[in-house]
Amino acid sequence: MTDQIVEINNSENINARQSRERGTSVFPQLEALLPLISKPIQYVGGELNAVTKPWEQAIVHWALMYPDAYEVGAPNQGVQILYEVLNEQPDVLAERTYSVWPDLEALMREHQVPAFTVDAHRSIADFDLLGLSFSTELGYTNMLTALSLANIPLHAVDRDDHPIVVAGGHAAFNPEPIAQFIDAAVLGDGEEAVLLISNIVKAWINAGRPGGREGVLLELARTGCVYIPQFYDVEYLPDGRIKRVVPNRADVPSRITKFTLMDLDAWPYPKAPLVPLAETVHERMSVEIFRGCTRGCRFCQAGMITRPVRERSITSIAEMVENGLEKTGFEEVGLLSLSSADHSEIGDLARNLADRYEETQTSLSLPSTRVDAFNVDLANELSRNGRRSGLTFAPEGGSERIRRVINKLVSEEDLIRTVTTAYGAGWRNVKLYFMCGLPTETDEDILQIATMAKEVIRAGREVSGRRDIKCTVSIGGFVPKPHTPFQWAAQLDHEATDARLHKLKDAIRNDKEFGKAIGLRYHDGKPGIVEGILSRGDRRVGNIIETVWKNGARFDGWGEYFSFDRWMESAQYALEGTGVDVDWFTTRERDYTEVLPWDHLDSGLDSEWLWEDWQDALAEVAVDDCRWTPCFDCGVCEQMDTEIQVGPTGVTDLPMPIPRVSPVLAQ
Amino acid sequence: MANKPPDRNLAPIAQKLRVRYAKRGRLRFSSHRDFQRALERALRRAGVPMAYSAGFSPHPKISYSNSAPTGVASEAEYVEIGVTRHCDPTKLRDELDAALPEGLDVIEVIEATSRDFSARLEASLWEMEISAPTQEVARAVEALLGSAEVLVERMTKSGKRVFDARSAILLMESVSGSAVTAPAHTQMPPECVILHVVVRHIVPSVRPDDVLTALKQVGTLEPRKPVRVTRLAQGPLSEVSISIEDPFDPDRVLV
Repeated sequence: MTDQIVEINNSENINARQSRERGTSVFPQLEALLPLISKPIQYVGGELNAVTKPWEQAIVHWALMYPDAYEVGAPNQGVQILYEVLNEQPDVLAERTYSVWPDLEALMREHQVPAFTVDAHRSIADFDLLGLSFSTELGYTNMLTALSLANIPLHAVDRDDHPIVVAGGHAAFNPEPIAQFIDAAVLGDGEEAVLLISNIVKAWINAGRPGGREGVLLELARTGCVYIPQFYDVEYLPDGRIKRVVPNRADVPSRITKFTLMDLDAWPYPKAPLVPLAETVHERMSVEIFRGCTRGCRFCQAGMITRPVRERSITSIAEMVENGLEKTGFEEVGLLSLSSADHSEIGDLARNLADRYEETQTSLSLPSTRVDAFNVDLANELSRNGRRSGLTFAPEGGSERIRRVINKLVSEEDLIRTVTTAYGAGWRNVKLYFMCGLPTETDEDILQIATMAKEVIRAGREVSGRRDIKCTVSIGGFVPKPHTPFQWAAQLDHEATDARLHKLKDAIRNDKEFGKAIGLRYHDGKPGIVEGILSRGDRRVGNIIETVWKNGARFDGWGEYFSFDRWMESAQYALEGTGVDVDWFTTRERDYTEVLPWDHLDSGLDSEWLWEDWQDALAEVAVDDCRWTPCFDCGVCEQMDTEIQVGPTGVTDLPMPIPRVSPVLAQ
Repeated sequence: MANKPPDRNLAPIAQKLRVRYAKRGRLRFSSHRDFQRALERALRRAGVPMAYSAGFSPHPKISYSNSAPTGVASEAEYVEIGVTRHCDPTKLRDELDAALPEGLDVIEVIEATSRDFSARLEASLWEMEISAPTQEVARAVEALLGSAEVLVERMTKSGKRVFDARSAILLMESVSGSAVTAPAHTQMPPECVILHVVVRHIVPSVRPDDVLTALKQVGTLEPRKPVRVTRLAQGPLSEVSISIEDPFDPDRVLV
């Protein structure tokens, strides 16, 4: 059904694309559709600090897409940073685009309005590059919608003078499931990557596009840090496993390395954060205080692939906060990182910022905190002016044993001490985050979550002397991710996940004394299985994505659009004859000798170290954080010839900014 | 203990200012809530010494009156703000306009020297660009004006509601020339009629949508494109000339 629509649109619109001058606005056509759809504001652009440049002024034109709804995509830091970095280049232009909801998609197909950017409403097909930022694999079907609405052939090999489709973001560390749809993938920090690609594309355009499309892709591939999937062949063993992945062109490197930005202070982006008019998921400004994490949580892909730790100095952070508030008018600032309280100078930073904004309506928050009483002190400091958001802690595992398996070094004592401090300081609700389906996990490990939550409430009642304190337990399903020690692990099937969660629910609900004080939030295990196929899939998974998209899959991260049955039916159809199935990709444990689909993509981690860490996990052996203990040879620093970049900077007191005299006061 | 909102030295309101702003072009698709967020941020960026309410989550003292629906442009929207120090209305206009995105444009700021501003907003003048043959529109207008009552249906917060749209319509006429809303580069299509409609503010309010529904019901009007609507003015109603007066006039007299 959808299949046909796509084919028809493609043939008709090729003419439309050629008859129109590149870079002209399609807003007049779009405008006629806006009164007919919900929340039209998300498609009109015009945000404060948005940039539009004349088309002719640039040689290289980038469309940057966050493949989810505007309300999720607009606040994304990655896209905002690259948008600014690129637009600062005099001969480069970058505009943003987000996924359109099915109501607008249907109208765009009916009225032949092509996929557009929100800045100057230019057709995506007019751009030289389409960069997609994949924070999660669940955006893959949305990419296909965008390609088809842009009249760009779905398969890279069918493209001609179409945009070069580049994937980035954490999911791009295993881009194999989308290998046939993308021209290129980039691993790691995007700032320097987009500039490198821009320069290569610019030189290619200026030289009269030598070698055509393949010419520029080869130039990119030869850098060794841009992955061009079509230049690599995957060979399979009779049992379905991968035999090897080999380049099919001369001088294309066999391994691709990731980008790592070492000096965060030299890249204080975004300098002028976007202020959307439409309501978004993060109504605040974010300042990234460091990148990377060496806590070593074994389930955490972000913590593994973003090493080493690189801190921004507290002076630079304070300047970014000050400047950002002035440019945006936001009232909340989030100090962003994978574990913000781990910044080596967080105490001084929090005190300085709290002093600076004490008499204002500005509030500060640490979006990610670990279980540590020190964090409560920080939260108290930051909420000195009275604005209190909730406190969230992530023990991740219910039992001491499972926490050793996942290397989350938190004891029950730590947790009770932490929440006691929080309840004692006046917080009434504490949120606890856990995972279900971790390797070696049993029912007992999950039931310990209930025990722990009851202890939390008991301790909270005692310290506060009140009955109205609460805790909310949120549970996410564990999905094994590439480039982590758990990349070899078997994922728990969704029936077992659901059964375990029901037991936990009963254990909490049936408790007369504490049950009512504990909130429980969880999702069923089905979406995790789809995420599992996409996370650890190989190129054969591409056919599933295309099939399910043609069968109507859109916005897979949204419960109201996600259909597990559609995914499973499509998978069965698409994998027919391959000898492998959904279970093979998800619930099957891999062994050390197996070639993993992402083995030719280098995250900097030594695969032997990953395997040893996996063995340590099974033996319930924990490892420390290398910021404070000797190096344990994960491989990143050695390979990159660098080391972790942390303080102390010696700065403890930041100069207070000169108070701005209000320009509107009467004389 | 910490369940009590913290003591703040809340400065009292020293001055009230009234702001007239426009919602133009693509930003006419912003909703009232979208505008609220944008305004609060713009006030912070412009360094306006806002007065705040007390409590756990203090809010700046802003009162909104009678905002135009999402998708409808306006040249005459009004808000009133309370500040803790005296501001210069002209400087405030310039700074606030610069702090808001293009398309949310501040037209005038005036010190409030009179009371009961909202009550002064008695009626609106709407401009509607209707893509339909002149004859078709004329027939519909005639039919509507000739009816004593036109019942229309609309979904409200409390469910479906049926009410009369006719009695609130005081004037409806086609005007020649190009519309305020038409972007400079677009030519007026041959079959486009511009209507000016004066609607009295009553409860339940009769919105431009309701007027169009009424036109479609009594005539056989079928616009070829979505109708573009702009509020040109709102304020006190001159019953004699059926025109809208400037709601800032009473404040101007006293200055």
